[in-house]
Amino acid sequence: MTAVVEVSRLTKSYRDVTAVDDVSFAIEAGKIYGLLGRNGAGKTTLMQMITAQAFPTIGELRVFGESPFENNRVLSRICFIKESQKYPDNYRVADVLDLCSDLFPNWDRDFADRLVEAFRLPPKRQMRKLSRGMLSSVGIVAGLASRAPLTIFDEPYLGLDAASRSLFYELLVEDYAEHPRTVILSTHLIDEVSRILEHVIVINDGRVLIDEETDSLRNRAFTVSGATADVEAFAKGKTVLHRETLGGLASAIVVGNPGADDRQLARSLRLELDNVPLQQLIVHLTSRKSYGKEAKA
Amino acid sequence: MEFMVDDSRPIFVQIAERIEDDIVEGRLPEESQVPSTNQFASFYRINPATAAKGVNLLVDQGILYKKRGIGMFVAPGAKARLMDKRKERFFEQYVMTMLREAEKLGITVNQLTEMIQKGANHR
Repeated sequence: MTAVVEVSRLTKSYRDVTAVDDVSFAIEAGKIYGLLGRNGAGKTTLMQMITAQAFPTIGELRVFGESPFENNRVLSRICFIKESQKYPDNYRVADVLDLCSDLFPNWDRDFADRLVEAFRLPPKRQMRKLSRGMLSSVGIVAGLASRAPLTIFDEPYLGLDAASRSLFYELLVEDYAEHPRTVILSTHLIDEVSRILEHVIVINDGRVLIDEETDSLRNRAFTVSGATADVEAFAKGKTVLHRETLGGLASAIVVGNPGADDRQLARSLRLELDNVPLQQLIVHLTSRKSYGKEAKA
Repeated sequence: MEFMVDDSRPIFVQIAERIEDDIVEGRLPEESQVPSTNQFASFYRINPATAAKGVNLLVDQGILYKKRGIGMFVAPGAKARLMDKRKERFFEQYVMTMLREAEKLGITVNQLTEMIQKGANHR
């Protein structure tokens, strides 16, 4: 597999804050990645470095095998859609799309026109007169129609309603299937996007907490519930991510995949075993500091 | 909705199970063509690589086979083999689960047998 992005021991420090702390990972070509994590985890700083908008303090960064800084061979192959994108004051939607067709060698004008219609964007309206959701839609149209070999969406859907988000996922999957490329999707809406992600990188406190195939992550933990004493007996010696009790009942999220022994034990104790949805797993992993240490050991 | 995927289990496994269901229930007859991975991907809105992994799982088990340049097809004998596999699982999945639930409710094995008979007569 060829790596589109290779990051090695990358660190970005501001005066008294280390936003990205000794991070290493590789983004392989032709996959859809999720870059997930809580606010302030360092995701945006990472994406800014990958797209040459911020310099690393220490560490190595290669994009398409080269340094991205002031390197048009690399930058012409990247499309970075960010939530805070600013546009010149008098630009209309159509002007933004014209600019995109100059910037992105793979720009597909027909596709862009179809997307404008699908998202019900008014081409002649000025950008500054668009609603928040419409602004996000323009970003999505640009990101999809650019067909850039590396397309990065950073929280692309502020203000977008559920129907438009769903349309975005649908169009992304369809177009990606026909025109495979590398996509990085950074978002909080894990529940909504997880099934289109092939690989997940979770950043926590500036470090990589998880770098794993999405489907294998779905097997990382399970919930056990029943009488408190029995749940405790079952969880003994296992890594527990989270515990909840209600009266005499308890449930615990246990790391691992239940084996035949675990199932047998659970049956004899009359405990229920359940799967943990990805979003819940990531929430618990990123709200527990010690897990990072255990995971690294 | 039946076509939703469950986010707490590997999706490629769920795709393989859906195809198995379709074969067992006759919606995908033997020697018929299976939808392409891109069709699965856009129908379930999942990653095409994940859909391909589910399909390949069944290819590895000999349930599906590939016709070069055309696509994936249901192998001859696939239905019978899947049904055998399901019969093995039936005991644990339904019989044992039912017995445990019956025990909780104080239903004896004899009462249970009667209930099964009654249910069969009602069909």
